[in-house]
Amino acid sequence: MTTKLFGERVQRREDLRLITGQGRYVDDLGRDALAAAFVRSPHAHARIRDIDVSAAVDVDGLVAIYTWEDLPERVRDPLPLLIPHPALTHGRTAYPLARDIVRHVGEPVVMVVARDRYLAEDAAALIEVDYEFLKPVVGIEEAAQGAHLVHEDVPGNLGAHLVQEVPSASGAGAREAIEAAPHTLAFRLDFERSASMPLEGRGVYARWDPDDRSLRVYSSTQTSTSVRMAVAAKLGLPLPSVEVIAPDVGGGFGVKIVHPWPEEVLVPWAAMLLGREVKWTEDRREHFISSAHERGQVQHVRVGFDGEGRILGLDVTILHDHGAYTPYGIIVPIITATQLLGPYRIGAYRVEFSSIYTNTVQVTPYRGAGRPQGVFCMERTMDRIAAHLGLDRADVRAANFIQPGDFPYDQGLIFQDGRPLIYDSGDYPESLRMIKELIGWDGFAALKAEAAAEGRTIGIGLGCYVEGTGVGPYEGGHVQVTSDGRVHVSTGLTSQGQGHETVFAQIAATELGVPLDRVSVVTGDTRRFGYAVGTFASRAAVMSGNAIALACRKVRDKALRIAAEALEADPRDLEIEDGMVRVAGNPGASIALATVAVLSNPLRYAFDEEAKRATQFSGAASMDRPPVAEGEEPGLEGRDYYSPVRSTFASGMHAAIVETDPDTAEIKILRYAVVHDCGRLINPMIVEGQIHGGVAQGVGGALYERMVYDAHGQLLNASFMDFLMPYATEVPFIETAHLETPSPLNPLGIKGAGEAGVIPVSAVIAAAIEDAEGITIDRMPISPSELHELRGRATS
Amino acid sequence: MKTDGRPAVSEALHEITLTVNGVVREAKVPGRRLLSDCLRHELGLTGTHVGCEHGVCGCCTVLLDGDPVRSCLTFAVSVDGHEITTVEGLSGPGGELSPVQRAFSECHALQCGFCTPGFLCTVTALLRDNPAPTEDEVVEGISGNLCRCTGYQNIVKAVHRAAELMGDEA
Amino acid sequence: MKPSAFDYHAPRTLGETLEVLAGAGPHGKVLAGGQSLIPLLNMRLAAPSHLVDINRVTSLDTIAVRDGGVRVGALARHAAVERSAAVARAQPLLGAALRLVAHPVIRNRGTVVGSLVHADPSAELPAVLTVLDGSVRLARHGGGERDVPAGEFFTGPLESATEPGELAVSAFFPALPARAGSAFCEVARRHGDYAMAGAAAVVVLDEDLRIASARVACVSAGPVPVLLDMSEVCAHRPAASDDWDAVARAVRDLIDPEGDIHATAGYRRHLTGVLAARALRIAAQEATEDRDDATGGPR
Repeated sequence: MTTKLFGERVQRREDLRLITGQGRYVDDLGRDALAAAFVRSPHAHARIRDIDVSAAVDVDGLVAIYTWEDLPERVRDPLPLLIPHPALTHGRTAYPLARDIVRHVGEPVVMVVARDRYLAEDAAALIEVDYEFLKPVVGIEEAAQGAHLVHEDVPGNLGAHLVQEVPSASGAGAREAIEAAPHTLAFRLDFERSASMPLEGRGVYARWDPDDRSLRVYSSTQTSTSVRMAVAAKLGLPLPSVEVIAPDVGGGFGVKIVHPWPEEVLVPWAAMLLGREVKWTEDRREHFISSAHERGQVQHVRVGFDGEGRILGLDVTILHDHGAYTPYGIIVPIITATQLLGPYRIGAYRVEFSSIYTNTVQVTPYRGAGRPQGVFCMERTMDRIAAHLGLDRADVRAANFIQPGDFPYDQGLIFQDGRPLIYDSGDYPESLRMIKELIGWDGFAALKAEAAAEGRTIGIGLGCYVEGTGVGPYEGGHVQVTSDGRVHVSTGLTSQGQGHETVFAQIAATELGVPLDRVSVVTGDTRRFGYAVGTFASRAAVMSGNAIALACRKVRDKALRIAAEALEADPRDLEIEDGMVRVAGNPGASIALATVAVLSNPLRYAFDEEAKRATQFSGAASMDRPPVAEGEEPGLEGRDYYSPVRSTFASGMHAAIVETDPDTAEIKILRYAVVHDCGRLINPMIVEGQIHGGVAQGVGGALYERMVYDAHGQLLNASFMDFLMPYATEVPFIETAHLETPSPLNPLGIKGAGEAGVIPVSAVIAAAIEDAEGITIDRMPISPSELHELRGRATS
Repeated sequence: MKTDGRPAVSEALHEITLTVNGVVREAKVPGRRLLSDCLRHELGLTGTHVGCEHGVCGCCTVLLDGDPVRSCLTFAVSVDGHEITTVEGLSGPGGELSPVQRAFSECHALQCGFCTPGFLCTVTALLRDNPAPTEDEVVEGISGNLCRCTGYQNIVKAVHRAAELMGDEA
Repeated sequence: MKPSAFDYHAPRTLGETLEVLAGAGPHGKVLAGGQSLIPLLNMRLAAPSHLVDINRVTSLDTIAVRDGGVRVGALARHAAVERSAAVARAQPLLGAALRLVAHPVIRNRGTVVGSLVHADPSAELPAVLTVLDGSVRLARHGGGERDVPAGEFFTGPLESATEPGELAVSAFFPALPARAGSAFCEVARRHGDYAMAGAAAVVVLDEDLRIASARVACVSAGPVPVLLDMSEVCAHRPAASDDWDAVARAVRDLIDPEGDIHATAGYRRHLTGVLAARALRIAAQEATEDRDDATGGPR
């Protein structure tokens, strides 16, 4: 196998259309489609007494108004609970349009369809909904007390409760181990909400073809195959009559894995009913109040450790705010609970979480998906231990590391895929050595003293994480070589900017020995590939990458068999390079892969010059066996699936130097360094891009972004004016180094990279601010205003 | 419910003429039609994206008589008679990519591509006015455009690279 | 997020504009740059039935340096004023503040007078107009013009003295006297955001280079720009020897800002003290250098 393209900084093939304005995002399609808009609840918790549409019916261009009462069977049912779990004893999902009760500001109540979006909004504004107020439940601890309920039939607002316990080698439980430890600490940590906030919101565009009774849906989704199944089921259509396409998607970061959204059911339903194309393009305010958020947790930590800082017992109790509904189950707190341990081998671990309803937007995974909270907990714990013992923070971490010889390492927990949490590979001591060198850890004390002499306050922080990536159950790939020598690759999972068209083409070109420009890749289009799970959990490269590699190997084997026959050679002596199959060491004996493709499909009719070679009188075929031999299929194509026994575990370490202004309390990141290990790199340029973007989101989460709800459940900052996503002026230059510890679990030796950048940032920035200020930082994000208040408390 | 589709009072339409990417285009729009929607829906130029409709994200940035402006904070009727350049108009007449476009691709300055048209328009004007910007000038120059994917590092790199490419061509 | 319908008016002359505005009365809204207005329209937080677009009234697109100051017409964009060398010479504080207004792309379309009429107490330009004792000229159909001093122009958060039917046709930013300096300092959450706190300062020295007058207008410190005369606190001392910490403390005692989701009242009070003292110190320093200039006269 040539390795020319795998591992290279190949420029992206997506770019040309995207830099010339030729991308196709959902709202770019369906120019003549009707537009949908929604009346959404202005209240966090209320009973709908009446809906009066009379003022709206005269609006010019109005086509239809729908309330829950108008919806037919199945469409009117609550949306599915996508990931059931035995611990989720009280899972609840929303109706596509509110039935009787609204449970968060932004919940859809009425759907309006009109000639364009302006008119649809005009009509929506004229619809009067009479609400009876119910007591809003806001704030995770208030909700946990259960004085008022989000769902009448969910006592204590408790959706799920789960305990996992891993005893020490001697069989002691965590609490017992902590009691027996020479040193113990107990503290509380807080982590606030943020959100994925892709620049393209959600969007759905549906075309019903009344002639063949088929439905085509375009959705800005992270999973088109699963949307397809959900829509077919809701609308009672045969699966083959529904196709779902994720066209260009303007960012996802987790929120678009949730499905079916109310709009993904209602827009196709309305299109069918009206016999017209219907489109809904989410606006920014809708995205803030009607999609999903993540991150909010309160953690109570108890830890016992020895004099070197080795953790003997860790006991973490988590209150997780999952908002008003649980369509995505309890994946987020499960990941927090299980990935919290990071690169560490600790004595005994007990983790308990309660997942709580509040009258706020639902919580589903956002890049990192529970890990930033878990890493914040673990890394703040490490720093506290170091401070307590007067040890170097890096040394305490090193004392707890799982060692390179310890893999595979079983953490003794059940991961988000329902399988044992077993780390496949990693080299944490080497990562630590690299990050210390990159940031200048050992020389920092001198730097800090120098700065102090100038009246400046600087600090350094460090954070480590392990990320389970590439979770199953499977992905597939289909590879077809056509008689023009082009290679058509498809996979079912979707793309939101990760460069899949490029990296999957690199894999295919490398495996098949063809030039990159002959390879085209299609993702997220059920017309091309119907079996898939979706793009989340840093899984695309691992899952589809390996599936495509395996499919390519099937194609390659077949190509070699056919070519061997044509060249009268042994397939084992053949190689494919530059689109030519040739006998190794004999440049004269070769056949183009295009010709092999022709020969792979025995023909009766020659549709072009090249095709003549495969027709019945060409003399090419053996007369001893049928044209398509038993067990063979016509065509040079292959399909295969990759389904791993368990996840692969990437890891990394970040460090930062921050400066805090003694007067204004402004916080500036002076340096940010990343050491990253995602196994073998397919395209380092793209991996670095993923890291940069992740870190930027991490910086947003650490210093700028939060969802601010008031006591009435109103989101006070539902705009880009007040939800502060960082601009170029807020994101530091990111220094990156790679370590490549291949995964033994998959043929390509790769691990996921999509989420890594965001995971430890809050932990690292908190540590650096704490180091600069000498003030304990136990909640994130932190603003200058909060730092100022903390200073005031520290001196008073 | 479904309405009977009878016409209600409809809005006054204004006939406007815009020169978009060098081509004279005419449209009939209500006064409230945003320039972003006019470009995308009336004129079919969907390269200009809409990310927030309150002027913060910069996805909808186009050049109005050469200067970058937010098309979501501009009424189409307001700019009747003016020249607009959108991302579709940045390439040369034969489709050859501009230095800014090439640099963005070369430096991996885009991922999902949704914010990219706004950045390309902004940077095109920035480099026209300041062909050799400093690091601070680059960051300031793009500071009104949000990108959720790249962390900006490669965008900054691409601006410098575009300046270099333009210098080579000058 | 699409605006409600409105009747659109596109007058070409000032007279026509005033006539239309008079007809629209309280239902009319002037569209200049639209960078503050259109977000409100898109979110349907404002829904005027008449929108009077002055973008074709070219006679309002003026920047004139005369009569001891800068007069900016209603259609002059932030960017044009920011780039004007004559403005920079005549009133450097205006340029300094403009560079902090939102982002360059917004400044290409937004107007200086529009920012003043929008009267956001978190914005830079109202503070500049206030500290300079500038004024806004209002005109109405058949009623002539009136100049409203800054101190009376800003009447509350997003409220100005502009009456229904009136158009703010220009604003006047007086130049500084001799031996004077100015500065604008602010801290925003992100670059280009509305400031959590900020201060526009003007310091005038006496012939002995001691501080004769020290004024500061504070941003985000109250419902309108909060003008503080710190001359007494600065104690008529030379800039270099002043006790700026005392100035900061005095500022904190004089203001009563509110908290919001970005800054508590306490932090805002603290920060305003820091920034007011910082702006006054820089202004005093500039004034000292101004005196050192060979020309020495009004700039």
